[in-house]
Amino acid sequence: MSVLLETQGLTKRFGGLTAVNGVSLTVRRGEVLGLLGPNGSGKTTLMNLISGALKSSEGALLINGKDMTGAPPHRIAKSGVARTFQLVKILPSLTLEENVMVPAAFGPDRLWGRALKAQVAECLDMVGLHARAGQQASELTYIDQKRLELARALASAPKLLLLDEWLAGLNPTELHEGIRLIRELEQTGITIIMVEHIMDAVRALCPRCAVMNSGTLIADGPTDQVLSDPHVVAAYLGEEDA
Amino acid sequence: MRYLLAVLALAALATLPMVFGDYGTGMLVGLAGYVTLATSWAMFSGPTRYISLATVAFFGVGAYTVAVLNEVLPYPLVLLAAAGIGATMALLVGLSTLRLAGIYFVIFSFGLAELVRQLITWFEVNVTGTLGRYIFLDLEAKHIFWQLLALGAATLALSAWIRRSRLGLALRVIGDDETVAAHSGINLARTKLVLFVASATIITLVGAIQAPRWVYVEPSIVFNPTVSFLTVIMALLGGATRLWGPLCGAVPLFLLFEWLSARFPDHFSILLGLMFMAVVYALPDGVLAALEKFRSKGNGNSATKPAKEANA
Ligand SMILES: Nc1ncnc2c1ncn2[C@@H]1O[C@H](COP(=O)(O)OP(=O)(O)OP(=O)(O)O)[C@@H](O)[C@H]1O
Ligand SMILES: [Mg+2]
Repeated sequence: MSVLLETQGLTKRFGGLTAVNGVSLTVRRGEVLGLLGPNGSGKTTLMNLISGALKSSEGALLINGKDMTGAPPHRIAKSGVARTFQLVKILPSLTLEENVMVPAAFGPDRLWGRALKAQVAECLDMVGLHARAGQQASELTYIDQKRLELARALASAPKLLLLDEWLAGLNPTELHEGIRLIRELEQTGITIIMVEHIMDAVRALCPRCAVMNSGTLIADGPTDQVLSDPHVVAAYLGEEDA
Repeated sequence: MRYLLAVLALAALATLPMVFGDYGTGMLVGLAGYVTLATSWAMFSGPTRYISLATVAFFGVGAYTVAVLNEVLPYPLVLLAAAGIGATMALLVGLSTLRLAGIYFVIFSFGLAELVRQLITWFEVNVTGTLGRYIFLDLEAKHIFWQLLALGAATLALSAWIRRSRLGLALRVIGDDETVAAHSGINLARTKLVLFVASATIITLVGAIQAPRWVYVEPSIVFNPTVSFLTVIMALLGGATRLWGPLCGAVPLFLLFEWLSARFPDHFSILLGLMFMAVVYALPDGVLAALEKFRSKGNGNSATKPAKEANA
């Protein structure tokens, strides 16, 4: 399998705080990587660096072999990266259909017309929102907003999907449904990095895990091995309830 | 069918100067001017929600270009030059300001008009030594009205086209959430710039076309900030995110302002200021949107309806 994403010593400082500290990570095509770590350990910041939402203070970012260090988010999106946000971001004044249309129309494939319609229908269908395509996104419940956000991320047919706690805040039934959905995605061969606190979901979905603590990568490997690593256990100690 | 109707409507409007006589035609010029200004203002500011008070900066530059070049170049070339100057200025201003957050942009855009006015005044006084210029063009009010009518129709057509294009979708996304827009592959800076330049170029042309009405032009006349404020009020009141919104705001307000400025010349600026605040606070989405909200509340089947109408 070829390498899709490579970060080399990626670092992000906010004033005196180093939120991400020299993270080097390699993700191959088709891998599903769980990104773990206690609150405030820099997971979201790392996702932001990969998606271009933030520019790194140091280090390099390679996507598909191309140097994307410092590239703006629209360029990274065009190179086949899509994401969801920890705090759900929908486009409230647009319909569900229009929400999903956006990355398909402006992403790598720049679809329009019939091809665009078909792609939108397929993505809405995948998350079970097809019947409500014409509704205003602002009317959705929280779980449906999360669904919509996933459909929107998928609309650009991304090579790399970044999910930032996409499963958080769901009730047990919804969680079950969510896990099934992501597993379905995995079958399509898409590459995923998912930040997740729910260990059952991580075990069920991610063959590989990376763990951050205070901005630093402290473990990276097969999920079973990583979760029993004493460093990881120590990092989580004190917030055992997470 | 639609096009036929549009052509017929335009033809009917074009005959108005024959009906209304000289005074009426003068009003028509002002009216067509403001309809075009408000529509082109909304082309950029509606979807992006940047409140621009730079309208008169471009309008004034258009008028001044005509004042400077009217005896040097043939008229069509003068207009072309005005459009070119307006576009270039918008490009420079856009590149340097569209990264600013909303409120800073408002302040900058307001300052821009004053800056341009001072620069031109300085240049005229110190370099050319002629503050104040005459425009000798053989254009009657009705000729000016026809030109504005054509420009206004073209502006509406362009707005309608943008709405249905990829650019229009990009703008609506930017209006909702810039982060999502950028992460979907939309180049924020370029999209805003394209719209800003298109809008400013049209505004410059309005100034250029209207200039001959003044005969005598100097910076304090053509860079009157009232123009910027009126444009904003008209567009916002009618609804800056709707195709026909600015027109719906411009027609009644123009007539109202004409009456007010004739009736209360001393208090006009105060009235204008109050109106500006009232519109911005009370009806930021415009009267049409407020009416729709009111109606759909009555019907009980809420937001699906405005969505449909907005698409139609
Ligand atoms: N824009 C910002 N400006 C300043 N500090 C920030 C910013 N974004 C994040 N931080 C800080 O960086 C650190 C890492 O934050 P980050 O959001 O990446 O953590 P996280 O691992 O995603 O946490 P959580 O599990 O709570 O989502 C925190 O201390 C946070 O306060
Ligand atoms: Mg986070």
